[in-house]
Amino acid sequence: MATKTEFNNPVVRWVDERLPVFTYLDHEYNQFPMPKNLNYWWNFGALASVVLVLMIVTGIMLAMQYTAHVSMAFESVERIMRDVNYGWLLRYIHMNGASMFFIVVYIHVFRGLYFGSYKAPRELLWMLGVVIILLMMATAFLGYVLPWGQMSFWGATVITNLFSAIPFVGDWIVTWLWGGFSVDNPTLNRFFALHYLMPFILFAVVGLHVVAVHITGSNNPTGVDVQSPRDTVSFHPYFTAKDSVGLVLFLFVFAAFVFFAPNYFGEPDNYIKANPLQTPPHIVPEWYFLPFYAILRAVPDNFIGAWMGFTLINAKLAGVIAMFGATIVLFFLPWLDTSKVRSARYRPVYKWFFWVFLADCLLLGYIGSQPAEGAFIWIGRAATAYYFAHFLIVFPVLGWFETPKPLPTSISEPVLKENS
Amino acid sequence: MRMKVLVIAAAFLAGISSAQASGEKIELPQIDWSWKGPFSGFDKAQLQRGLQVYTEVCATCHSLGLVAYRDLADLGYGEEEIKAYAGNYEVQDGPDDEGEMYTRPAIPSDRFVAPFPNENAARASNNGAYPPDLSLMVKARKDGTNYLYAMMIGYADEAPEDIQLMEGMNYHKYFAGHQIAMPQPLSDGVVEYTDGTEATLDQQAKDVTAFLAWAAEPELEERKSLGIKVLLFLFVLFVMAVAVKKAVWRDIKH
Repeated sequence: MATKTEFNNPVVRWVDERLPVFTYLDHEYNQFPMPKNLNYWWNFGALASVVLVLMIVTGIMLAMQYTAHVSMAFESVERIMRDVNYGWLLRYIHMNGASMFFIVVYIHVFRGLYFGSYKAPRELLWMLGVVIILLMMATAFLGYVLPWGQMSFWGATVITNLFSAIPFVGDWIVTWLWGGFSVDNPTLNRFFALHYLMPFILFAVVGLHVVAVHITGSNNPTGVDVQSPRDTVSFHPYFTAKDSVGLVLFLFVFAAFVFFAPNYFGEPDNYIKANPLQTPPHIVPEWYFLPFYAILRAVPDNFIGAWMGFTLINAKLAGVIAMFGATIVLFFLPWLDTSKVRSARYRPVYKWFFWVFLADCLLLGYIGSQPAEGAFIWIGRAATAYYFAHFLIVFPVLGWFETPKPLPTSISEPVLKENS
Repeated sequence: MRMKVLVIAAAFLAGISSAQASGEKIELPQIDWSWKGPFSGFDKAQLQRGLQVYTEVCATCHSLGLVAYRDLADLGYGEEEIKAYAGNYEVQDGPDDEGEMYTRPAIPSDRFVAPFPNENAARASNNGAYPPDLSLMVKARKDGTNYLYAMMIGYADEAPEDIQLMEGMNYHKYFAGHQIAMPQPLSDGVVEYTDGTEATLDQQAKDVTAFLAWAAEPELEERKSLGIKVLLFLFVLFVMAVAVKKAVWRDIKH
């Protein structure tokens, strides 16, 4: 913040001289230089922050009406749906908002993968993004438990039980997480407390993510660094205008689900009150966890044990490690990718691997939704193996072998050429 | 690339819905319900008939605990009619000034009175089976409306030979496992409709399904009518946003 902005309004000037928030806003959201060639895939970061705010606002309002007790939680949600003014709207926005949040963030991540947004100097920006995904997953899981339906209860049971795979202290940790000897009232109470807490931590990390992107500046579809002011336009009005187009379109899709198919992403079983004595025939997580669920179930019995002669690790633990590893591996991506070229536009081979990887993730999602039997098991294992191979083999090796297409000398160059 | 993305997105959405439809394959009859379209709502006369079927048949065993008598205003009933309907049921209240519990006739703000005081009493009267609460049944089953309708019409007099029915169970074409504890609740002429509609099995099944669809989603009509306005508003806003964006970017080569 080298130069202070001059403001005409005396009150704004008075505040700004003592606390330069207006100068900050002016620099970061008005004058801030953005590469002028950003396409609409660059909308999704802004969309994600809008959804986050929407989730926090609707969530606070729902919390005012919700009762975190095993004998009242389910009914209190139904009271919100039936008796609270526009309660159905708040709850359907919040419920579908979770799905929208993941859709938007997953697109944001794949945009980063395609255009190499994780490479130097944006490694830390990318890693903060991975932290955001982990926090989102934890928050979404905790929130899904709160309506205390059958899937809430059994999902909570399955996921918390994963911690029992930790050697020696696993069972003790699970009891500690539950606050008892099964998922029960203490569990629901703490999940509610944590579900209220986590979004604010998430908000803080999103803040860091935004600060970080304002240090390096946005990547762009060519992946070539900004070289002169000719390559950029100011954030306002250019990207406020462009983001508005994407935002309204997104809200249209969001509203279509909220008003006309509010339960499309949900499981009917969660409209049955939790019953610890009756297990649902298929326990499936929400759609955004399905690829990870497939990876969790992909590790065969005794695979690691037999292979490494290491008896501490059983299949369950290996599955849990694989599931968390699927996200953790993203932290190392900036160093696993050995190519100097950022954008897939100039990486003829990587471009194909990108689409194969996307297809692999969707396949894992499909496998995660199916019962673990027959061919699904083998397809799930192959898809899991490929998932990790993409990061641990394809990324490092491709950088050495691939001959990239010639890069433009600047962001403006291809544009000027096209127009001449 | 845009095409590719669209194709993948479509495949993904299709994948989600087929994933949701998985499980044991029992084809449910598909009925063209009046409230399924984006602009359409419930038929009040049908809801009233459905209430009659629920009251005279289902309510003997099934509770409707999330619905209040006052909600019946949605079906077109007036205050007095609702008071009279609620007055047919007794609820326990208290304690009074003497510390005694007492029963009184239900009032519009009460929830539908359950047929049994608790689950054990319900099981004791129903051969060990527990008739579930029907408030959310339509949302708690896959393809819930068609499922509920199928439950009403799916009984057959004779079970196929390869099915060994357990004691007290009834054969059902659509129920998972084909054995259901509930005896056939509806058949032609079980109720006598006050509006003169002929009470065929099919008619009663459709009417009670409509009533329970309303009970599960009483906000449906308000939701859709607000939704149309919101989408229209967003559409206009979108056109404006595009125009603004074009104007702002007019002189930028990018």
